[in-house]
Amino acid sequence: MDAPRTATGSSGLPARAERREVLRHRLPTRLWHWLNALVVIVMLMSGLMIFNAHPRLYWGHYGANFDPAWLELPPFPGWATIPSYYDLAGARRWHLAFAWLFGVSTILYLLASLLNRHLWRDLVPGPRELAPRHLWQEVKDHARLRFPSGEAAARYNTLQRLSYGAVVLVLIPLLILSGLAMSPAMDAAWPWLVDMFFGRQSARSVHFICAGLMLLFILVHLAMVLLAGPVNEVRSMITGRFRLPPERAS
Amino acid sequence: MISRRRLLVGGTSAGALLLGGCDSLSQNDSFRAVLRSAEGLTMRAQRLIMDRDALAREFGEADMSPVFRSNGTTMPGTPEYMRHLANGFADWRLRVEGLVARPLGLSLPQLRSMPMRTQITRHDCVEGWSAIGKWHGVPLATVLDAAGMSTRARFVIFHCMDRFGDVPYYESIDLVDAFHPQTILAWGMNGKILPMVHGAPLRLRVERQLGYKHAKFIDRIEAVDSLERIHGGRGGYWEDRGDYEWYAGI
Repeated sequence: MDAPRTATGSSGLPARAERREVLRHRLPTRLWHWLNALVVIVMLMSGLMIFNAHPRLYWGHYGANFDPAWLELPPFPGWATIPSYYDLAGARRWHLAFAWLFGVSTILYLLASLLNRHLWRDLVPGPRELAPRHLWQEVKDHARLRFPSGEAAARYNTLQRLSYGAVVLVLIPLLILSGLAMSPAMDAAWPWLVDMFFGRQSARSVHFICAGLMLLFILVHLAMVLLAGPVNEVRSMITGRFRLPPERAS
Repeated sequence: MISRRRLLVGGTSAGALLLGGCDSLSQNDSFRAVLRSAEGLTMRAQRLIMDRDALAREFGEADMSPVFRSNGTTMPGTPEYMRHLANGFADWRLRVEGLVARPLGLSLPQLRSMPMRTQITRHDCVEGWSAIGKWHGVPLATVLDAAGMSTRARFVIFHCMDRFGDVPYYESIDLVDAFHPQTILAWGMNGKILPMVHGAPLRLRVERQLGYKHAKFIDRIEAVDSLERIHGGRGGYWEDRGDYEWYAGI
């Protein structure tokens, strides 16, 4: 593992020892993060408008009004959708244009993260971190809002690795693939795609569930940023530099 | 230090701004043009990865929807249509015209005596639901070849007998889809004569695109070199009226 890089002041000396700065986020991560802050919100909100056109979910290849739905919801309100009024064609224009940004930027980010080893270094947890005792300790600390401090805060903790890793490596790929599986042309070109999800209506269900998990992730993520110190966290995602919280006497 | 309250207030106002902004962007012509450019990108990308003749999945009898819901116009109430319906479409002719060497007027018995293709396929509505049904009809390629289509033709228009107010329904596809083996003019469904709600006497099946492309109640096919002079110029009723994509492969 790389040691976190220490920021040096103009004197060439390390910054104050108790509030050392580390390079937390590299450029590809920062670019993708802020692009997604826009793109994912547009995808979620235009997706809810599209869902409103037929707010029922089925499992299998087919499913329409006379078939049993496993989930039926009232339409989502205007403040949650793009556009805010009923416009299926308009929502599709937004969704299918931003889908290109989402898909292409995801591929570029994953490539960059493979090359700069971000995936293995920061996102995939190792066996030591996954040990039940360690994991349980982290859960307890998080529940008491005792976040890592000092040197321990220089790197992602296990819960961060697990959630970011799951979003980047599982949730977002599933969202993209299940979205593509709903395309009749894609199903002719790549029949395995829709088979992966056991049918087009199941793919639509998976797409909706994953979108819900994405929303859940965003809410928890925003709450954690607020709790952990929003200025330092937001600044680190802009400049890349994270100021380590002072070591806490334990 | 930014207080949490200020962040929350700021977040809410940003959200309101985003929503209002998205609605005005949805109605802004230049922004819509940017969103619309994704349609061509999607079409080119899908055509690139898809064999020209890649087939949509064909299902077995056991996979069919118990009830195939109808959609769009279920009864074109025009006097002309009612007259045809009353006498079993005996005087109805499918006119094939435009850029063809031999304009045709085909009766239903003539269409039924032409080579028949039967396919059990999934119908995907733009709203999100799917239904699987069995279709019987003559390949569009057979009809176009019989009429001797000009090499200048680039699109095939399907003129329909149903009206939305005063406006006739119509649709169009390009030659890739027109000559695709599964693109048929269906006169039968689920082992019976095509019912009225599903487009009697003749409807299009263009299996790699969404439902609104599958024109019903067809009485005239026109080969053209451009969509511009046809009705609103965008190649279909919903494309003209609702800003739906002309390429509906996704």
